[in-house]
Amino acid sequence: MTAMDAAMNDANNGAKYEPKPEPGVRLTPAQLRARRARSIAIALALGVLVVLFYIVTLVKGPGVLIRPL
Amino acid sequence: MSVTLAHAEPSLAGVGDYLELMKPRVMSLVVFTAFVGLVIAPGRIHPVIAATALLCIAVGAGAAGTLNMWYDADIDARMARTAARPIPAGRIAPGEALAFGLTLATGSVVVLGLLVNVAAAALLALTIAFYVVVYTMWLKRTTPQNIVIGGAAGALPPAIGWAAATGSLAVEPLVLFLIIFFWTPPHFWALSLFRCQDYARAGIPMLPVVAGEAQTRWQILLYSLILAPLGAAPWLLGYAGALYGVVALAAGAAMIVLALRLRGEGAGETTNRHSASKRLFSFSILYLFLLFAMLLVDRAAAGLLGHIA
Repeated sequence: MTAMDAAMNDANNGAKYEPKPEPGVRLTPAQLRARRARSIAIALALGVLVVLFYIVTLVKGPGVLIRPL
Repeated sequence: MSVTLAHAEPSLAGVGDYLELMKPRVMSLVVFTAFVGLVIAPGRIHPVIAATALLCIAVGAGAAGTLNMWYDADIDARMARTAARPIPAGRIAPGEALAFGLTLATGSVVVLGLLVNVAAAALLALTIAFYVVVYTMWLKRTTPQNIVIGGAAGALPPAIGWAAATGSLAVEPLVLFLIIFFWTPPHFWALSLFRCQDYARAGIPMLPVVAGEAQTRWQILLYSLILAPLGAAPWLLGYAGALYGVVALAAGAAMIVLALRLRGEGAGETTNRHSASKRLFSFSILYLFLLFAMLLVDRAAAGLLGHIA
């Protein structure tokens, strides 16, 4: 039986088809929400850093890496 | 061969829990005193560079607070005041807090060094290391002088602010350092008087636990007697105007009066026995805020007068 036949069989027996549970940790909706909030906070912090370096580069001019010790 | 990996329970920690790890109230006082150090420093600093310095100092303070909570999670769990913190309450795993704290510490020092100057970054690194290693890991659990020596970490932010503006240090920020350094013992010992049971349960050798309440009251009075003239030093040394001097002397006198009342409270065992220590604790916060706010007012007034003249 080819892969195509197998796929057709699966489609014909759609009602009986149940996807196998994926291995690994399954997050609850609350854990997903918490992870999303943390990810957004990390993204915002990185964004702030990028903007900060950009603005300070403009403020200090081309000599940004030249400083007396 | 199959390998079974042990998974920790996926985290439910929210952004607020991580902010709580950074001790936002302590952070606000650190930023305020650093801001004063930055403003009273001579010369001009670009507002963007000043804001960057304050941001780094705030994050550095947050890193120190986070690493403190990571190391002290065991004793935090035994004290009523701290049992609900994110790590003892189980909302953040210790490893997560350690990684968060180290990231913030490294990031704040590196960014301050790159965008502001190396002297300020070195002082920030010293402050974080002193608070975490010297105070938290060493002194806090071993000696009743923990907050006296450890107080140096909390006293450094005005010097970091000054260094951010000038790239060096001078006598003025060292006077501010000394004011906070001598303010710390009366402030924390007043707290430890009415939290004595908590500290004893956690096994922390705070002065009232080890030497008794009478000795603590006496030490508070001694430090207040040193603090009052020291608070007026910026005026006496000519760094601040008469208005600052009057406020500093009045606030210093109030601090001594409250310390005397606290010492008197020890003799009579009243039902409301810790009211004097609570009053001194609250006033000590106002005292430090007043002094540093007056330095700002003084500098603003001097700038305004200079502008008019």
